[in-house]
Amino acid sequence: MSGRQGVDLGVIALPWRAREFYVTLACLAVLLAAFTFGLVAGSSRMGVGDVWATLLGSGTRSFEFIVFELRLPRVSAAIGVGLCLGLAGALTQTFSRNPLATPDILGVTSGASAGAVTAIVIGGGGYSVGASLLGFGIPVVATAGGLIAAAIVYGLSWRQGVDSFRLILIGIGATAILGGLVNYLLVRAQLTQVTAATQWMVGSLSGVSWASVWPMVVVLAVMLPLALSQSAPLTINQLGDEFSTALGVAVQRHRLLVIVAAVVLTSAAVSAAGPVEFVAFVAPQVARRLARTPRPPLLASALVGAALVLLADVSARVAFGTEIPVGIVTALIGAPYLIWLITRPNLKERA
Amino acid sequence: MASSALTAVRVVRVNATLSLGVALLVVILASLALGSNPISPAQVVQALVDPTNDPDGVVWGSRVPRTLLGLLVGFCLGVAGVVMQGQTGNPLADPGLFGVSSGASLAVVLGAFVLGHNSMSAALFLAMIGALVASVGVFAIATLSRDLANPVPLAIAGTAVSALLNAVISFLVLTNQSSLEAYRVWVVGSLSGRGLDGLPPALLVAAVGLALALVNARSLNSLTLGTELAQGLGETLWRARLVGLAAITLTTASAVALAGPIGFIGLTAPHIARAIVGGNHFRLLPASGLIGAITLLGCDVVGRVIGGQAEVPVGVVLAVLGGVAFVAIVRRTKLAAL
Repeated sequence: MSGRQGVDLGVIALPWRAREFYVTLACLAVLLAAFTFGLVAGSSRMGVGDVWATLLGSGTRSFEFIVFELRLPRVSAAIGVGLCLGLAGALTQTFSRNPLATPDILGVTSGASAGAVTAIVIGGGGYSVGASLLGFGIPVVATAGGLIAAAIVYGLSWRQGVDSFRLILIGIGATAILGGLVNYLLVRAQLTQVTAATQWMVGSLSGVSWASVWPMVVVLAVMLPLALSQSAPLTINQLGDEFSTALGVAVQRHRLLVIVAAVVLTSAAVSAAGPVEFVAFVAPQVARRLARTPRPPLLASALVGAALVLLADVSARVAFGTEIPVGIVTALIGAPYLIWLITRPNLKERA
Repeated sequence: MASSALTAVRVVRVNATLSLGVALLVVILASLALGSNPISPAQVVQALVDPTNDPDGVVWGSRVPRTLLGLLVGFCLGVAGVVMQGQTGNPLADPGLFGVSSGASLAVVLGAFVLGHNSMSAALFLAMIGALVASVGVFAIATLSRDLANPVPLAIAGTAVSALLNAVISFLVLTNQSSLEAYRVWVVGSLSGRGLDGLPPALLVAAVGLALALVNARSLNSLTLGTELAQGLGETLWRARLVGLAAITLTTASAVALAGPIGFIGLTAPHIARAIVGGNHFRLLPASGLIGAITLLGCDVVGRVIGGQAEVPVGVVLAVLGGVAFVAIVRRTKLAAL
């Protein structure tokens, strides 16, 4: 096709427009800069040179401790959360053909919230059920809640195959039910537990360690190639299910793969940082406008998400010193940027 | 054949209208008869006929206002949902999409919880101002994009503004314990303890909003054909958008001011109404409003009954019961896509 280049590895073929390619490269550059900045910023003074020297294995012992034990886990967690949510958001918005659809709609975020808040509220209240829930740890409970909820939403949407419109509507219902349960728990709980639960639901990176990073690395290693392998069917499916079937896409298998990828990516991110939902909405929209593509570009969306979460976390640390939850800063940076992109009149919108 | 099919459609519609009317009557009666104060139906009837014979003022002081409130809020949200989904052409659009709910919430959190202006009329006023500022902001952003024909920037701008406002709300309540205490109750949505004093101004605002929604019905019908065809049919796009936005803002703002940010009805009632009466907005608007009113009041009654003395807020009942019912309906019927 004219105006397109790409790589073709058989299963994974990545055709792209020139602009999409350069935007992806630019996102990568921004991410790298933010990565360096995130490692430099902090109370003990280290220059850019020190940081890279340490990363490449020739730093002093104290630098090694600061970089590998203190800063790198948090920076990696921010990147991982952003990559997962950006990619999951792009997948969801594309397969549902709806820019407002985030992985929330699959039930995964609200299920995770319901699990985590139940553990925090009931566990903090000293009941044995809650205490045993808390014993697993919030990340495990949240992941389980999210996966179970998503499986139920998918199962309920099945009627001789899953139609994406019905899936969205069932997702709305499931999100409402779980949200109602969360609200009920919050109305009845002690204020200290409400604070803890609200903090978790806003999304925060304080307290992440390598243990929260590794699951995301594993998930990304599996799901990123899977998502990219579905890139061509996703494009074809924009024309509708009948067209896709006629063009040789196994629609139901393709849809299941995309949903599984989105759900697993989201729950990995949520278990590490809580539901930073806004990233999954904003990153694909920003990437699409930067790359000027008809639908969110998968790789660029993931990179924009990573850059956004990392920049938000670092700038909150530098500017305020105190811990402001990353979920708040993400919205404070991401929303105005998206609004600015919308108001640039030379960019025509496509539905 | 064709005429018998038409008759069938008409019969379905008459049946649907009848059952909506019956359901409305049932929830109103239930709302007047049931509550945490155990008084017999006979006493309720006596008090309704003769206001001086009202035991502890339960009927006129609490049940009647609460019933009216529930009907008004539910109706407003149902109508606002239809206008919002029609304007954006998006089945995921709820009345809060243009930042109306989050704007109102932020104003209430700031004014009532942080600064302490804690009265019903203050909350009402604050919610109105917040809602207006937010929706005007969203409309301005969409206008700057110079692409009013396309509903997508409007929806995206609304979501971005809502997220921004919600982030500020989260920050405020997380740094101020007493705000969090008040906010966690308010945000769920409830009809309890409102009284009649806030109702007249809200009713006025809501009435203007509902009238504008009806005015917008013709434009909404043409907009479902796509903006180009709508313009071909003589629709002035900016006027259609402005009227729709004003209708959404006024109805949603009065609902949020009275009962807190209840999102679920505006999102789901239009889908149910569309399945029952079809896509014509002259029928869709009142049908969705009625469904909203019935659902909200019905869920409020359930919340009063199941909680005993500590009643369950209507927002919770609505989300759980309404959610289950919605899932069941979506599984049974083939819902019309927008």
